[in-house]
Amino acid sequence: MTITDNPPGAPPASPTGQTSKLGDRVFGGLSLGAGILILVTLAAVALFLITEAWPALGADTSEFDGDDTFIQYVGPLLFGTIWAAFLALLIALPMAVAVALFISHYAPKRLAVTFGYFIDLLAAIPSVVFGIWGIAVLAPILSRSVFPWLEDNLGFLPFFAGPASTSGRTMMTAAVVLAVMILPIITAISREVFLQTPRLHEEASLALGATKWEMIRQAVIPYGRSGVISGAMLGLGRALGETMAVAIILSPADLYTFNIISNQNPNTIASNIALKFPESSGLEVNRLIATGLVLFAITFLVNALARRVAGAGFSGAAG
Amino acid sequence: MTLTEQRPAPSGQPSTMTAGRLGTPRHIAVAVGAVVLGALTWLPSGSINWAHWVVVTLVAYCAGIYVVSRIVEGRRQGVDRLMFAVVTSCFAVVMLPLVSLVWTVVERGSARFDATFFTETMRGVVGEGGGAYHAIVGTLIVTGLATLMSVPFGLFTAIYLAEYGHGTRLAKAIQSMVDVMTGIPSIVAGLFAYALFELIFGPGTRSGVAGAVALTVLMTPVVVRSAEEMLRLVPDELREAAYALGVPKWKTIVKVVLPTAIAGIITGVVLAIARVIGETAPLLVTVGLTQGVNWNPFDGRMTTLPVFTYYQYVQPGLPPEAGQDRAWTAALTLMLIVAVLFSVARILSTALKPKGLK
Repeated sequence: MTITDNPPGAPPASPTGQTSKLGDRVFGGLSLGAGILILVTLAAVALFLITEAWPALGADTSEFDGDDTFIQYVGPLLFGTIWAAFLALLIALPMAVAVALFISHYAPKRLAVTFGYFIDLLAAIPSVVFGIWGIAVLAPILSRSVFPWLEDNLGFLPFFAGPASTSGRTMMTAAVVLAVMILPIITAISREVFLQTPRLHEEASLALGATKWEMIRQAVIPYGRSGVISGAMLGLGRALGETMAVAIILSPADLYTFNIISNQNPNTIASNIALKFPESSGLEVNRLIATGLVLFAITFLVNALARRVAGAGFSGAAG
Repeated sequence: MTLTEQRPAPSGQPSTMTAGRLGTPRHIAVAVGAVVLGALTWLPSGSINWAHWVVVTLVAYCAGIYVVSRIVEGRRQGVDRLMFAVVTSCFAVVMLPLVSLVWTVVERGSARFDATFFTETMRGVVGEGGGAYHAIVGTLIVTGLATLMSVPFGLFTAIYLAEYGHGTRLAKAIQSMVDVMTGIPSIVAGLFAYALFELIFGPGTRSGVAGAVALTVLMTPVVVRSAEEMLRLVPDELREAAYALGVPKWKTIVKVVLPTAIAGIITGVVLAIARVIGETAPLLVTVGLTQGVNWNPFDGRMTTLPVFTYYQYVQPGLPPEAGQDRAWTAALTLMLIVAVLFSVARILSTALKPKGLK
């Protein structure tokens, strides 16, 4: 036990006496207050959202365009949010794990830091810039060479049923952009756990004659599995809440569909808020805030799950 | 390679150590073949298609190296080489969007990267001309206010977590709530700030300070996390030495702990600023948009660079090129600001490091 572990109530005796005791009380109080303010802020976020969402939940459906009940209104949005985030994760996860392995085990040691820096750069690009890049550069490429091919060759699958969009404003374009945006998060966490693999595990595997890939499969991946899963969940949380890129790219419609290459897409909650909020007033605002509350609840659950997985420790080493 | 494949070499024959290995010539042959195959996909059309070229080359290389290595070296080596090729290709493919994005923003953003853009506003501008002076002012004011609020807030919380509440139940609760706060979607933070200010000032209110509150919610957890980590790196011996000299705890923190950790703390703050300065969604719902300069964050709408970028791109007006050019230049400005912040963080972290400490 070190002296620093003293509880705040018992500071070390001081020759200056009264003034420093006062100083300690003020300083300790300030930092305790800041800490409690964190709890208050979070409670306030939930409380204010609920207060503002409440009128919309109880309101008569005739007050809104389309006479939708709240469930009918939020349903397609919720579906779109989860569908887009799921697709993004599907694309990003294998890529992120591969990139993390490349940086942690394959790249030359001296270049690995620089390569990692490049990936971090991706995380620093504002989402609105990703959005306009997605619609100006990526969407034309996909709609010119990828969507028609998918429709012709894989059109029997519901995902590629078409008709293929010519503008590129599709769920798939949005998902690719989201994937690029969440990849740095998953890569950063995976890289971290891969680097923590005990050196002895790796050497033992190599000493038994394993090739490098066999060593990675036997020692590195089992050790890092829970880290990768928690990174993926954090990435999923980010993809669920991502707003601007989706708002710029998608052409929204009020429907459920798994078709990812057509112009008719369900919107996401966040993007719907960004598109409608500036022009809304009255109960419409309350309804948008209520959808925001739903989004908050989902991301809260996903993030809590991610922490639980990470909190279970990187126990993959044992199993 | 398994032992069964390698019989002891009869005396008189050359060493078998290099036999059954993929030599450099064959390796190069596979690589060149893949590049040529990739080039064939765009050569007929006459114009270079970089994305096609890179992707086809990588796929062809992965397939080629697997087949050749499997024939020459056996299955296990083949898989090993395949995975090396796949992992490296994935990295290359991930670099494509980064390169393409930076290239596009610089190329299209440079068209309007002129003095007018940085000195004029959009007031009364239809079509060509106009600038983002008001948006830059707005971004600086809103982000500055958010920094002023979140740095003391975050720093004191970090001090509580690292110095006072170490291990207590309250500290653990705060820590997990900081984690929760990190995961709040930015649009939800915006809605919170809107709801807060609507309850105080009535419906439909928009102001710079509401945006700053939204950004504070996003920025504080980042500051707390990095500052706490830095405070924990300060060796306990320094604190104990101060206590032994009779220095009270708060003075120890202010004069000993904080100066030791200051480089890391400032770096963390700068990175947190870089994170929130590009936020669009929360500012869209709290600060709104206006055509002229508004210096007063407590009254009325302001324009910020990310929101300016968004509206100039999706509602460019006529002709659309003028608005879109402004959007790209705003995006370029935004990315330059982020790049400058990153460099500042890097320089500060080395310059402020206390001497004699590793």
